[in-house]
Parts: sequence; structure tokens; C-alpha cells
Amino acid sequence: MKITGAQAVMKSLEMLGVDTVFGYPGGAILPAYDPMIEAGFEHVLVRHEQGAIHMAEGYAHATGRVGVCIVTSGPAATNLVTGLADANMDSIPVLAITGQVATTAIGSDAFQEADVTGITMPITKHNELVHTAERIAGALKEAYYIAKSGRPGPVLVDLPKDVLNELIDWHWDEHIDLPGYRPTIRGHGKMVKEALDLIASAKRPVIYAGGGLIRAGAGEELRDFAERLQLPVVTTLMGRGILPDRHELTVGMPGMHGHYAGVKALQETDLLVTLGARFDDRVTGRLDAFAPLAKVIHVDVDPAEIGKNREVDVPIVGDLKVVLGQLLRVLDDKEEKGLLEPLLPDTTAWRSHLDELKRDHPLLLDQPETGVLKPQTAIRAIYDTWGDDAVYVSGVGQHQMWAAQHIPYSRGGQWINSGGLGTMGFAVPAAIGAKVGVGRDVPVIAIDGDGCFQMTFQEIAAAVQHDIPVIFCVINNGFLGMVRQWQSLFYEDRLSQVRLPQDCPDLLKLADAYGIPGFRVMHVEDLDATLAKAYAITDQPVLIDFRVDPDEMVFPMVPSGASNDDVLETAEQWYARAAALAAAKLAAAGEDQL
Amino acid sequence: MNSNHTLSVLVENKPGVLTRIAGMFARRGYNIHSLAVGPTDDERVSRLTVVVGTEAVQLEQIIKQLNKLVHVLKILELDPDDAVEREMQLVKVTADPATRSQIIEIAEVFRAKIVDVSHDALTIEAAGNPAKLEALAELLAPYGIREMVRSGTIALSRGTRSITDGSKLRMQRAV
Repeated sequence: MKITGAQAVMKSLEMLGVDTVFGYPGGAILPAYDPMIEAGFEHVLVRHEQGAIHMAEGYAHATGRVGVCIVTSGPAATNLVTGLADANMDSIPVLAITGQVATTAIGSDAFQEADVTGITMPITKHNELVHTAERIAGALKEAYYIAKSGRPGPVLVDLPKDVLNELIDWHWDEHIDLPGYRPTIRGHGKMVKEALDLIASAKRPVIYAGGGLIRAGAGEELRDFAERLQLPVVTTLMGRGILPDRHELTVGMPGMHGHYAGVKALQETDLLVTLGARFDDRVTGRLDAFAPLAKVIHVDVDPAEIGKNREVDVPIVGDLKVVLGQLLRVLDDKEEKGLLEPLLPDTTAWRSHLDELKRDHPLLLDQPETGVLKPQTAIRAIYDTWGDDAVYVSGVGQHQMWAAQHIPYSRGGQWINSGGLGTMGFAVPAAIGAKVGVGRDVPVIAIDGDGCFQMTFQEIAAAVQHDIPVIFCVINNGFLGMVRQWQSLFYEDRLSQVRLPQDCPDLLKLADAYGIPGFRVMHVEDLDATLAKAYAITDQPVLIDFRVDPDEMVFPMVPSGASNDDVLETAEQWYARAAALAAAKLAAAGEDQL
Repeated sequence: MNSNHTLSVLVENKPGVLTRIAGMFARRGYNIHSLAVGPTDDERVSRLTVVVGTEAVQLEQIIKQLNKLVHVLKILELDPDDAVEREMQLVKVTADPATRSQIIEIAEVFRAKIVDVSHDALTIEAAGNPAKLEALAELLAPYGIREMVRSGTIALSRGTRSITDGSKLRMQRAV
């Protein structure tokens, strides 16, 4: 029996095991929405296509499975661009399906036509414009496989309307033929041994653990490896939780707003054991001053990451779960033969030094007992309320950094944020997608800023309509806080276009408008009682407006473009450094005149 | 130090593959000196020859980034001492009865061919490495070059080895 291309899309998604798609119908994709009525998966109707792809990202982040979104051609497809770029930067497996004008109209500037494969080429792992319905099953199967394998990423499949209407014989097989795409999975045996030798001879080794470990599902292997060799671990913004923060070997987060000990560990180490991290500029600061004493082992599934920013002594290309397994097996073998001892570095002194740094340089928080609510206090209380079971999703800015710093994460995938691209507006839709992925029993908390929230809060309607009970927490400081912080620190407090009235919109009325419970915390003393009320609601979305201190800044901070040696823990330290730099500059100018 | 490197790239013969490669070079800030693309003895495979001016570290990145493209099958850097590299050049040069024979003589020295003759112009076809073609153009310049076109470099390694040796490409072709 013949079926249409559109029916082939539905059958393909069913064969791939897709349980939910996030989407928005329209002209060119209309044929696909008809057989979708009978399809064996759910469809979440978003309010903006950007919402669809961020939901797919949140779903993928939280579950490790491929997130799927489907939208129409032209403006709908271009609305996916931000999310595709986001997924590309953070290696999130996403399958984006877009409608396209009929093949006969392509190139004619037809209604809602855009060159979507052209536009998205640099921000997808791969994409394909499908020319015949016979190709649909193969294109979707390959796209799904490419999205989730190797270094995961977004793959887009563009489906012209006439292709969706074409009649074909249905055929499905599992065979994948991609001669130009063969990710390396196993690490090179010789390099694995060299890595262990290098670790054995190190005095101050540290594991620099990135988001790649989460994508590979390598949490257990990482813990075993770190414990057996007694290696301290820093977890990057994208890798938070892959070794629990409460684990004794966890040092903290490195980077521009990392924990003091996390930043220092990388500066003082003599061996970076880099696992699924990519030497991002927000971690390294000034690259030529980063980890100046360190040799580098770098394990990554993407060979292009190795040696891209930092020269590497031992490169290992492979899947992190597999390579860590290989490393552990070598240790097992040696142990059986009684030869383990020479492979164990003595990290006792180094670890106690890092423990001291952790103890002596905790995150600073000056919260009065009554009155003004500090944003960090709000975030800690959110964690105290929903605890270790919950998934926390953030937007981008100060609230993101505080949530990354102050919540003790306990597993990979528990912390979801937009790291590489820094996409404001990520939290609301990503949290909805994550909630769809993790299901009823796991609370999902969006921790958003008032700026971010206003970029995408229209998706609350989707959460209400589809009964997706996410807790939306707005850390409302009435500012584009991170931009204001930079204007304060780098532009002498000359504030430019960063004010957002705290009561516009009135978030309680907004909650009312969406028909969901809304709460507001004005002062620190209201915090616990309000959170208790919100916690009791588990069957519908909730919106909480935290009115926080508008002047709070994120510290520690490494000044932009500075070396990580210059990590500053308070605003006072910041201004003292700035004054010293200014004085030195003046003195130098004076000498010039002499 | 920047120097020219010649890469032979086998790609699947699919729509947009040239855009993918050119786009990758552009967005990562790599400089293409020349690019030539054409069919191979296998209709499913095209061969690109790309000459890039870059330092060794960046060359490694370029090769890795190229390899990440799903349609790229194989990349080989050709050693200039162990490869045949050719460009083709067509030059239309002003030639009156007084200068025509001198120009033909120059062409012969360069083993170039006269492919078109008219009353006051000659078109010369030459092939060779870039230095030779530049020398030819320089000698022709005084006569008045009316227009000129040059192809990108194409290249093959010397000896019996082939870019497809040891890969699955050959085997698949039998299917």
C-alpha cells in the first residue's frame, strides 16, 4: 500500500522511538500535521518556534535522548536558528524538522521560502534538504544517528511540501551508510597507558571535567577513576554535577565566576586531565596565562577539540565512557599483577592544600536576617526546598552564575543551562522540555532572571495547555544584572539601558492571566513560608517572583581578558585592584615625562 | 610561519558539499589560495584540491574541521616534493604581424599551445606549476594581455599510491 511522505515522517519518528515532538504547524509543514493526529507520539504546541527548539534541547539535556522539534518553512525555520546555534555550542542532540516550499518553487522567492539548509549550515552538525519522499526515512534515520553519536549536536532535515505529499512504498531498515562519518569510540591503547604514566609522575594533577562527560553518561566511570587515583576534580559550567559537589574530591567550578579553589586548582596544577572539556575562554581567561605549569592530557570524542586552544601532551580521541573504562581496566590489570602502586600519584599534600583553599575561600554572602533578600539566598532556599531530586534549569546572566555556584549538584543532567552560546530566554522553554523528559516524579525548577524570563515566558501557555508542571522562579532584581555589573565594573558605573521595572509586568497578575498559582517574596523573612506553599503544588505550573537586592554582583570574578591568577572575591577587592592599576598607569605616565 | 599546503579532499558528490567546505573555511577564518573541484573515476565521489596558506598548527585544525563534515570522505596533504601539481592558464595577448612570431616562440619555450588566432590577438593555453605560469604571464605582459584566466591547482601524489588505498571507498565501488 502506498503512503504519503508525511506518513513516512510519522512512521520514521515512531521507528526511532520518539515519544514527544515540540512544534508549531504552518503552511509548508501542513501535510505532516494531518497524519500526526494518529501518530504514536505526543506533540507539544509551543507559542514561538524558538520555544520548540529550546524545549527539544531541555528534553535532550535531561534525558540524554534526542530532542525533536517540527516547524514550518521560512520564518518558522529561521526562528530555530538561535536554538540550533545553542545546541551546536553545547553539543545537545536535537533533530529539527522544517517544512519547505515545494521543490518546484525552491529558488523562486516563494511565500515563506528561506534557504534553511544554507542558513543553518554553520550552526548544525549536519543538515539535509530532502528531494524525494523515498529519501525521507533514510534522511531522518541518519539525522537521528548523527545527532546522538560522536560529539552530539543538532541536525536539521528540510522537507518540501510536495515531497510530503508524494506517494511511496514504505520501507524501513536499520542500516546506516555514512562513509564520511565514523566517530572514533575507543581510545588509542598506547595513549591510554601514556596518560596513566603521566598522571603517576604528577605532583598536583587535577581532572578538568566538562560537559562531554555528561553527554557520554560517564559519571560512574569518572567517580571510579578519580577515586582510584585520588585526583581532585573541577567541574565546568557544563559539567556541574558529573562528580557530586559533596564528593570529597570535588574542588568546585573553574572559570570567570568559578569557585576560588576551582580557579586556583587549574592555575597551580602540573597536570590537567581534561575530560570532555574544551578550554573555553570563560574557563581559561587569558589563554597564555592559563594553567601555566601544566602538562595536558586531553580526552574528547571530537578530534578537532584536541589541540584547538591548548597544546596537548597526551591526546586521546574517543567516547569518554569507553576511554575511562579502558583506563580503569589498565588499573585493574596492574592491580591483579600487584603493579598498581607505581601508577598512583601521591596527591595527599595537594589535596589538603585544595581543601584549605576551599575552607578559607568559601562563597561570600552577606544576608541580613530581615529585610532585603539576596539573590543567592533565594537560590539556596530554592535548592533547600526541592533538593537533590530536582532538575534545575537556568537562563543566562547573574542568576545563572549564582545557581551554578550555590547549588550543590549531585548528578550529570541535573543542571541545565545555555553555556556556550549564552542564550537569554533559554530557561522557560528548556525547563518545559526537561519536565516532559523526566516525567511526573522529578520536579523541574526554572531559575530565571527577569530579563531572560521576558524573552520567552509566552511558553507558560504551552506548559498550562499540556499540563507540564514546571516551577518558574524569577530572580527579579529589576536589572539586566550581568550587563549592569559590567557597566559598574568596566564603565565606571555609567548605566546604559539596563533598567527593567521590577513590577512591569506584574508577575502575580501574569500568573493569574495564565491561570496558575503565583507567589511573591519581598523580604528574606517571607522566603520559607512562601516556598513551602509553592512546594505543596505539584500538579500545575507555578510562578514565583523573588524581589531581590538589585545591587548584588557575582563574585568571585576574573576580570575579562585577565589571567586566572587575578581572581577577585569581593567588589572591594575589585575596586582596590582597579585603583592600583590606575595608579600604576599614572606613575608610568609620569616616568615617561621625565 | 605561513606557507602553502595542498590538500586533496574526497567528498561525496552531493548537493551543497562545496558550500559546506567553503563556508567552513570562511567562518573559521581560514584562507583559501585556490580551490579546484571535479569528478573522479567514481561518479559518487568528487575530488577537491585546496591550497591554503597557513601555519602547521592551523593546518591540523583545518584538516580536523574538514573531517567533521559528514560528506567529506578522505583528506590527504600532498607533499610538494612528492606530488605533481598543475594549474591551467588561458591568456589572450595582443599580437600584430610584427609580434606574432615572437609570442609564438615564447609559447613554445613554455610548451604552451596557441588555441585561437585572430587578426590582432592570440590565445595561449598553458599548464604547469604556479611559478611557470607566472613567468609566462610576465613575458607576455609587454605585448599587452587583454584577458587572462587561471584555474585552481590540481594535484596527485607521485608513484603508485592512491588516495583511496586502504579505505573502504574502493570496496564499496564494486557493490
